[in-house]
Amino acid sequence: MSEVKSYLIGVYDDDDVLLSAIKSLREKGAKILDAFTPFPVHGIDPALGIKRSRLPQAAFIFGATGTTCAISLQTLTLGWDWPMNIGGKPHLAFPSFIPVSFELTVLFAALGMVGTFLLSSGLGPGSKKTVFDPRSSDDKFVLVFDLEKNNQFTADQLTEMVKASGASEVNFKDIVEKH
Amino acid sequence: MNVTSSVREPLILGGKTLADITNDICRQVEGRPSKSWIIAFTLSLLLLGVGIYCVMVTWFVGLGVWGLNKTVGWAWDITNFVWWIGIGHAGTLISAILLLFRQKWRTSINRAAEAMTIFAVLCAASFILLHMGRPWLAHWALPLGNTYGTLWVNFNSPLVWDVFAISTYFTVSVVFWYIGLIPDLATIRDRATNKVSRLIYGIMAFGWNGSAKDWSRFEAVSLVLAGLSTPLVLSVHTIVSFDFATSLVPGWHTTIFPPYFVAGAIFSGFAMVLTLMLITRKVFKLEDYITVAHVESMNKVITLTGSIVGIAYITEFFIAWYSGVEYEGYAFINRATGPYWWSYWAMMTCNVISPQLFWIRSVRRSLVATFVLSIIVNIGMWFERFVIIVTSLHRDYLPSSWAYFTPTWFDIGDYANSFGLFFTLFLLFSKFLPVINMAEVKAVLKSSGDVQTGQAQPNSSSSVKQSVSQH
Repeated sequence: MSEVKSYLIGVYDDDDVLLSAIKSLREKGAKILDAFTPFPVHGIDPALGIKRSRLPQAAFIFGATGTTCAISLQTLTLGWDWPMNIGGKPHLAFPSFIPVSFELTVLFAALGMVGTFLLSSGLGPGSKKTVFDPRSSDDKFVLVFDLEKNNQFTADQLTEMVKASGASEVNFKDIVEKH
Repeated sequence: MNVTSSVREPLILGGKTLADITNDICRQVEGRPSKSWIIAFTLSLLLLGVGIYCVMVTWFVGLGVWGLNKTVGWAWDITNFVWWIGIGHAGTLISAILLLFRQKWRTSINRAAEAMTIFAVLCAASFILLHMGRPWLAHWALPLGNTYGTLWVNFNSPLVWDVFAISTYFTVSVVFWYIGLIPDLATIRDRATNKVSRLIYGIMAFGWNGSAKDWSRFEAVSLVLAGLSTPLVLSVHTIVSFDFATSLVPGWHTTIFPPYFVAGAIFSGFAMVLTLMLITRKVFKLEDYITVAHVESMNKVITLTGSIVGIAYITEFFIAWYSGVEYEGYAFINRATGPYWWSYWAMMTCNVISPQLFWIRSVRRSLVATFVLSIIVNIGMWFERFVIIVTSLHRDYLPSSWAYFTPTWFDIGDYANSFGLFFTLFLLFSKFLPVINMAEVKAVLKSSGDVQTGQAQPNSSSSVKQSVSQH
């Protein structure tokens, strides 16, 4: 089943204009679906109400898993499975285990966090997320409104509001979404 | 609203707009390869061809084709390995440590420097494989258990730590670099005019569309990766130095090695970044992005790390005498005055004396002088590793086994192979991927550009305050 959704796209030329537009439009009650920018705009997260990412916590958990795996690997192999006598030193020489434990901590944390990031953002080879205006990866800052969710305004009212907030152009786009 | 600082030099010249940045940096990706690129690529492929022949002979015949003897068992192979790994470190330093220190000048050079890291680590890895003698048994270095022998690997050995450190370093560097590339690949995809490049860059861009939520996560990931890479890069060269420091060979058994190796790595890496970037900015006409101010900043890092390396050389010499250990003392006297005196003095001249020229402002702002000195520094750092490895080994405790090492054509050919590999990969990168991180440069344009291009807005006074407070 597929349905057609209509979007209003406000195109801005400057990131500071974009930020003030987000604030004023949200105050007027418009619901912004998303903003698309060519680079991370500072201050856009609180303006849009985006919560701080919890990816660093995920990285910590992955890192701790890495440490545990590394220490288990070294202890089980050298201390239990085949204890080796190296110059009469203890089998479980923890200071010698630090480098490998550290490296595996970093490896697990980095790969785990990046994997989580790609999954949670739906990014990956072959993934096709909607590009509302291709210029948003060049020099334009784009705000997208779902017309259905902003039905307290008519399309003309919303166009006027977006233009008044500093947009250089306003476009409409219909996208067929498959379910 | 743009703010031009009266104190700092602008990082991006030529009154660029955001669209100019995209056009300037995508130009060489989208256009046909230039004549100079084709010539350089052909030469690198030729060098790689000769190198692959030498590597194949080394694999099939064995390490006997090298100039090694019973006394000197490590020579050019490990010298080249440590040299390439060291070069790689500058890329991580620029992308991770300078990110944490909020050095904005890194944005123009980090992409190419990270690519250099990856290619340099590959070159280094080629020497690890080669020096094993039987590279098809390389998996024996992994903890694979009893079916591959009778024992596990020895986790007390720095050589095993090396396996973990370098493979982790390579993996994390590739991931860090690729994550940074995704938004720029999306830019190229969105601009692509033909189907093939839209498809290929589309797959490579992972579907990126620059939504605010994705940028928020992207920034969190970049920051944590930088935080992870910083201790990682320090650990890698520390562990490389453990390969020597944990042995009992006079000249190797020193506690100064880890910091001294890390400083040397950054020193040589920045020199290689400069060599490459000075050519790249000229060939791809990126003078407005990689400015004299960038070159000067890198030269300052070179002066600092070069001086640390110089102090380390002198400290080593002093401690060798002060320790009262006869063998240690002899190892150092022999370095400076023995049969390899020329390599010691080449190292001293190139690494300690020549970078001091950068104290003079006109020298560190001169592109010609920087280019020449960057090559001299890399020659010096190669000699440093050669001096540490070969002069320590060739005369140790037993005078009857003292020997002299002379390289053969295959030592030289295998080294040439790594250059062929490095330049081939770097040239492919510079043609098919954006050499400058467009998204990051765009993000610093307002605070670091040289003109005011922003539009005055009702609330712009608050953003001026914000931008000013960032300085």
